Amino acid sequence: MKSHPLIRLLDRGATLFLVLLAAFAITIPVLNLLVPDGSALHVSTYFVALFGKYICYGLLALSIDLIWGYVGILSLGHGAFFALGGYAMGMYLMRQIGSRGVYANPILPDFMVFLNYSELPVFWYGFNHFAYAALMVLLVPGLLAFVFGWFAFRSRVTGVYLSIITQAMTYALLLGFFRNNFGFGGNNGLTDFKDILGFNVQADGTRNSLLVISCLMLAICFLLCRAIVTSKFGMVLVAIRDAESRTRFLGYRVEAYKLFVFTVSACMAGVAGALYVPQVGIINPGEFAPANSIEAVIWVAVGGRGTLTGAVLGAFVVNYAKTFFTSGFLAPYWLFMLGGLFIGTTLLMPRGIIGTYNAWRSKRAEALEENAKSAAKEDGSMPSASAAE
Amino acid sequence: MTENKFDSNLTKKVDKQTTSALLYLDGISVSFDGFKALNELSFIIEPGEMRAIIGPNGAGKTTMMDVVTGKTRPDTGEVYFEAGTHDLSKLDETEIAGLGIGRKFQKPTVFDMHTVEDNLLLALKNDRGVRAALLWQSSSPQEKRIDEVLDTVRLKGLRSRIAGSLSHGQKQWLEIGMLLAQEPKLLLVDEPVAGMTDAETQQTAELLKEINRTKTVVVVEHDMHFVRELGVKVTCLHEGSVLAEGTIDQVSTNDRVVEVYLGR
Amino acid sequence: MRRFAVCFIALALVIGMFAASSVAHAGPYEDALEKFTTDDYSDTADAVTEVATSGSPLAAPLIAALQDGRLQFSAKDKKVFIKTADDKVVDAATGKPVEGAAPDDIDTVRVNNRLRGVIDAANGALTLMAPNPNRRYEAAQAVFKSREASVLPALDKALASEANPKVKRAMVEARAAVVLTAEDSSDADKIAAVAVISARGDQDALGLIDGLPANQSPDVHAAAVAASAKIQRTLAIWNTVQNLWYGLSLGSVLLLAAIGLAITFGVMGVINMAHGEMVMLGAYVTYVVQELIRTKNPALFDYSLVIALPLAFLVAASVGILIERTVIRFLYGRPLETLLATWGISLVLQQAVRGSFGPTNKEVGNPSWMSGAFDLGGILITYNRLWIIVFTGIVFVALLGMLRFTRLGLEMRAVTQNRSMAAAVGIRTARIDALTFGLGSGIAGIAGVALSQIDNVSPNLGQGYIIDSFMVVVFGGVGNLWGTLVGALTLGIANKFLEPFAGAVLAKIAILVFIILFIQKRPRGMFALKGRAIEA
Repeated sequence: MKSHPLIRLLDRGATLFLVLLAAFAITIPVLNLLVPDGSALHVSTYFVALFGKYICYGLLALSIDLIWGYVGILSLGHGAFFALGGYAMGMYLMRQIGSRGVYANPILPDFMVFLNYSELPVFWYGFNHFAYAALMVLLVPGLLAFVFGWFAFRSRVTGVYLSIITQAMTYALLLGFFRNNFGFGGNNGLTDFKDILGFNVQADGTRNSLLVISCLMLAICFLLCRAIVTSKFGMVLVAIRDAESRTRFLGYRVEAYKLFVFTVSACMAGVAGALYVPQVGIINPGEFAPANSIEAVIWVAVGGRGTLTGAVLGAFVVNYAKTFFTSGFLAPYWLFMLGGLFIGTTLLMPRGIIGTYNAWRSKRAEALEENAKSAAKEDGSMPSASAAE
Repeated sequence: MTENKFDSNLTKKVDKQTTSALLYLDGISVSFDGFKALNELSFIIEPGEMRAIIGPNGAGKTTMMDVVTGKTRPDTGEVYFEAGTHDLSKLDETEIAGLGIGRKFQKPTVFDMHTVEDNLLLALKNDRGVRAALLWQSSSPQEKRIDEVLDTVRLKGLRSRIAGSLSHGQKQWLEIGMLLAQEPKLLLVDEPVAGMTDAETQQTAELLKEINRTKTVVVVEHDMHFVRELGVKVTCLHEGSVLAEGTIDQVSTNDRVVEVYLGR
Repeated sequence: MRRFAVCFIALALVIGMFAASSVAHAGPYEDALEKFTTDDYSDTADAVTEVATSGSPLAAPLIAALQDGRLQFSAKDKKVFIKTADDKVVDAATGKPVEGAAPDDIDTVRVNNRLRGVIDAANGALTLMAPNPNRRYEAAQAVFKSREASVLPALDKALASEANPKVKRAMVEARAAVVLTAEDSSDADKIAAVAVISARGDQDALGLIDGLPANQSPDVHAAAVAASAKIQRTLAIWNTVQNLWYGLSLGSVLLLAAIGLAITFGVMGVINMAHGEMVMLGAYVTYVVQELIRTKNPALFDYSLVIALPLAFLVAASVGILIERTVIRFLYGRPLETLLATWGISLVLQQAVRGSFGPTNKEVGNPSWMSGAFDLGGILITYNRLWIIVFTGIVFVALLGMLRFTRLGLEMRAVTQNRSMAAAVGIRTARIDALTFGLGSGIAGIAGVALSQIDNVSPNLGQGYIIDSFMVVVFGGVGNLWGTLVGALTLGIANKFLEPFAGAVLAKIAILVFIILFIQKRPRGMFALKGRAIEA
């Protein structure tokens, strides 16, 4: 009765999404690298970096949707996991600068020389290896999420309480990372990167590659999310979202399910942050600001939570709007618009773009079915399903 | 264990090692902010038994179920399952459900966003672990079992309907179906016929009797007509403790019960 | 020290003016003057000490002049002159302007570091006899710190004539300090001095005793060790009292910010992320009121806060009711959406204020009765903190009373506990919702009036309080004003006790981590309601 797992994994929306993403990942570099500068079709490197950034935001939104849309955990601290992933990558990029820094210290990054560090702090060890940094990108946010979630879910902190303490978590990290003696560059953060895996981060080729890699990671994470939500595990998640204690009485260890998916989500946010940092060229404590995390939640709400594709769409739409409006004469009104978006989405379109579209489609399908049914009734043949009603 | 001895359990403490009871409650007290929801409640359910529990509002029926299923911890007293092998007061909801105690709520709670079939699939007895859920594949024995349950609860035609769109009575049945799919040793059923028509009530009574053939059932119900229909031993609760116990006729003619219900 | 010197010069000039009219007689002062003319540091030092103890009214301006490099001498004439600020030359012996030309070999009296110490001490000695008791007190304190042995005669003299007990006590302590550090004092004197200093019991006393040279006799040493321990105990107690006071102060600020939230979140269950902006609005109302008063009627400035309070309440409450009616009421039962929508509202409000008043901090003044401070034992208490604590207490009690004794409070509690039942007995629940929300917002508004006195009034004011406020309410337990009170004070005091060890930022982080862990243990806060009703 159940359809084949692969078919469930790739329904119409998911396939369309992947096709569009692939087209995007191919078109943008082509238009940037192969189409000459003067052409109307040329996409400037500025836009390549910008789109790369959006893709990372899309991945962050996806990670939030996985827990908010499917398990009902509204994390107001996902920016923290994003930033931690970003810092892990930033630390790798800092170590790559080597002796090309202002103080030309082969081991210590500039800010450490400036702050009179005599040697590299232990937690900076190993970050000169990309593989280690990549591992940390997953491990650090994942571990924090695991520990945090282990405490929170075990004692059944749910709903707004969880939201508030996730916000407190990112706020605490914000305060910590602002301190110079934390060993992460204080309020200046990490910047002035030179290369990544031997390629110049500023070069067009690297920027395009980073965009393509970001798209690839987004696709992989999207498929991972699809696999999770279409499995029985996903059914349990939705069951927890809709009737947590019922699920518990059925014998499911709710906290284990939440913890797993929360940790996966945090790792995804970490990956998003890691891809984000080389493309924007800086990571600073501002990324931990609670406002950032809430803003990421509204991307998901705008696109439609519990749809995955909607989260990515929402991240794109809202951030494009932000880029567009904050650069023009409308800039002073952007916060009004963003505020309005929060209010309007929750009041008028709680299902978001994709959710509303899906609802409209299934309604239409139902109407068509009704029509077909009544037509069949007139023919005199009763469909068996309606007999039991 | 004789009937005689069983009656004396109400007042005398029985060594949990020697009890053969499936569910054993002794001296359970629970209070919320000074209000005693349960007050030295003691009773015993034997394996294979069906028991109806009645009582006015606030008698402690739902709290009693909360205690048995681990939702509420008793302030004092003992709750044992399966002849004293499991101390339920030390386990949480998930562990208790894993032991084989299924519960149907007063207000029907099914997973509204899932189809009827998926609701049953979630309830189906199998590995509840995270890994098992991630790697789960549908299989024909499971499909067959779901078919059986759908037959039993008369929801076959609605298998792919979203549970949220079912009528109240259908939800009640779906929830009973989920209980069945769980294959528990003990079913706790809270007000299964609330909001049902007379015909549906009749059908539910039959259904429960059928279930009782293989399982132990505890039914909490207000509807005296329905309780009479079940024709089983009745325990009447009042202010958190047992007021009377016996057949429906004995209980309904008991002076104290009459007083409590009719306020005389 | 610098301020002290300035005061001193001012005083010196006053004394100088009196002195100018008096006639000089030969005496210790005149004898000492001659030593300034030898151009020898040790002679100068002797001269300074002698001048200071001479009791001559001309001594003060002379020493001030020496300090400022305005003291001149003529070796030939053996005369000393003071150059005044307006470049006149005064004869130091008479205090009268020099008629005619000054001697041609005139030279400035030179000063080295050792001399400066002597001069400071001399200043101290001089001021010990000043007519103003505060000045004498300061002088005694200065001697306590300098421990200049040469002041001892002046000190004894001053002590003999001192009537003011506070000043006398300071002088006794100063004398003890001098005696204790002087090498030639007897052991008995030193032990007596230790007792006096130990009774003083502050940080300076501890520094003095711990800083004694190691070569003391065993008796003195033992006395010093005991005194040191005793002072440390006293200090620890005062330190605790001070932390408690700071904690109480921070706690009252937290309580003030959170108490409105305790109504909207605690009682109604509405997550209002724009709560901080209600506080911000209250602060801006204060600003506007003060601006109007400044331009229209500056005499009313001291009443500005009293005028601002009801206005802030009304403004914030109206905005709150508007928000409730237009947004929140559509979101009841959807807390997460409420959270997002009210966050949006907070953005809009911030931007609206930024647009109308600009993004920079606004100057909100303290009325006179809120400025200043006084000493209470070992701690300094500022009036604005004190008033905020008092004000918070009043607001808390008023709110408690309102909920308990008024019709509105009764209806609010009824709606909170059982909405449908309340509706059934004829309470208009929608109206109560709006009023409750308005009340919570209005209280946030008056919190803003108070916070404008201690914080920067900017559009971001509210953002700084929102997380703390939620922490307080969640920690204290939802739906319980007493919980909010205890929560706020606990967090405030805990924060201040952690700060000395961890620093302000780490203390804050530690508190956040603590609350995060605490919520895991008691998900519903310290004073949570227990029962079936809230399980849903």
